[in-house]
Amino acid sequence: MSDSRALYEQVILDHNKNPRNYKKLEGADQSIEGFNPLCGDHFTVHLNFDGETISEIAFEGSGCAISKSSASVMTTILKGKTRQEAEALFKTFHDMITADPETPIDETALGKLRVFAGVREFPVRIKCATLAWHALHSAIAGDADPVSTEA
Amino acid sequence: MASLTEQNTIDRLDVLRQELDVDKIRADFPILGIECHGKPLVYLDNAATSQTPRQVVESISDYYYTKNANVHRGVHMLSQVATDAYESARNKIAQFIGAHVGCEIIFTKGTTEAINLVAQTYGRKHIRTGDEILITYMEHHSNIVPWQMLCEETGAVLKVVPINDDGEMIMEEFDALLSEKTKLVSVVHVSNALGTVNPIETIIEKAHALGVPVLLDGAQSTPHMPIDVKALDVDFFACSAHKMYGPTGLGILYGKATLLEEMPPFHGGGDMILSVTFEKTVFNTLPYKFEAGTPPIAGVVALGATVDYLKSIGMEKIAAYEAALLDYGTEALLKVDGVKLIGTAKEKAGVLSFTMESAHPHDIGQILDDHGVAIRTGHHCAQPVMKRFNVAATARASLAMYNTREEIDALVLALEDVNKVFA
Repeated sequence: MSDSRALYEQVILDHNKNPRNYKKLEGADQSIEGFNPLCGDHFTVHLNFDGETISEIAFEGSGCAISKSSASVMTTILKGKTRQEAEALFKTFHDMITADPETPIDETALGKLRVFAGVREFPVRIKCATLAWHALHSAIAGDADPVSTEA
Repeated sequence: MASLTEQNTIDRLDVLRQELDVDKIRADFPILGIECHGKPLVYLDNAATSQTPRQVVESISDYYYTKNANVHRGVHMLSQVATDAYESARNKIAQFIGAHVGCEIIFTKGTTEAINLVAQTYGRKHIRTGDEILITYMEHHSNIVPWQMLCEETGAVLKVVPINDDGEMIMEEFDALLSEKTKLVSVVHVSNALGTVNPIETIIEKAHALGVPVLLDGAQSTPHMPIDVKALDVDFFACSAHKMYGPTGLGILYGKATLLEEMPPFHGGGDMILSVTFEKTVFNTLPYKFEAGTPPIAGVVALGATVDYLKSIGMEKIAAYEAALLDYGTEALLKVDGVKLIGTAKEKAGVLSFTMESAHPHDIGQILDDHGVAIRTGHHCAQPVMKRFNVAATARASLAMYNTREEIDALVLALEDVNKVFA
């Protein structure tokens, strides 16, 4: 296993300290909880839609630096994306993060999300990085129940 | 510059370290010499599992090289050798915890299985609708869930004694909850998440005054202090080999013979019977009635070697050194910016559970690993404790007899690095 400097990229530390879109969206079209019972991390993702397009996205809750920064980065890139585009990004992100650490990453497709590539070296942290994304995925699928990493 | 009190703590610690001969003990644990990310390993996750000395590891290879056979079965020489090794280990283990008769010691997979055994045999036989089982707010899940399952089955009610902000049982609440409805008190001796040592003598005395038996979860106490089940007059006592420098996959249930005798068996199978026909099975005597199937023979022999090892060192000496090390660790941790200790009981054993303002426990554990420092992060299988202190998780450094103040210093340096990374 490698040194965790590979994990805690500057962008991750910044988003952990100053999470973006960190608020409750009153009367949001959709609000869905994601939680990890093993470590107690807990986030709610709020979404407003304009037709098929995500017009607003925010999150709140608590968790480790990886789960919090991942939720924060997610909100910054999804505003203005369609449901389909958001789902495609979820898949790209999920495929990257669960791949073997040696697999080359597609920087163009991932954009800002590439800062989480270091998580691949730390399998126990994958659930942290994908927690908010799983909540988003369920929201897009129209689920209302909270999402658990251990379901 | 250390203050006068700090210097006193260090001086006392260093004297006890000499008396215990910690350097000699460390030499018995080869794993303590390994490197982790290029740094010397600092193993502070002893409450999860402790390391195993060479003497114990060698007893396992010796068993397989020279004694291995099934027990209580064969007429051949090896079977007799294996049976003797197994039963003499049982007697040594009995003596180690103060039980004078080997038949009061039952081998299980661990503390968890030992508690489940009592719940499913004693509990099913004696506990009925409306009866109450009394536990505390600081129990490990293994001393909560088996009772919930029993309550679900029988219609009994689980009552929970609250704890104060220091993580101590509130004795007035215990007094108020203990009643003629109580059919069993099951409490942790030392809390794995907080380090609290419970006032078990008082608990046992008060429960017995009402004729209520007491089970002690000794998973975290057995490795750190002398245990004497007869002097305590406790009814059941459970502990795990792998937390007391022994092998994994093995636990002990001590029960008073009078209670064990009238309890139904736990599992059915070989070794726990005297005779089987399709019409009727006659169960074996103690302790075999509770040991269905081939037991973990090598593990039991190794646990025998473990208690020999611990006896040669002396549990009193271990307890004294660890108490001084805990004092040193407590003072050192409180000097790190943003550290808050969870669990500040007056009576405490070697657990330092804490949070930091700058970082989540998960991130603390990750940075510490870079420094070769192994701690546990999470809820420690004690989610009600986390809820009581309003935290999702804590970081926990847990001590053993082989830890040193230099290792606490390494922990402190690593925590200062956590503050730097997450500044």
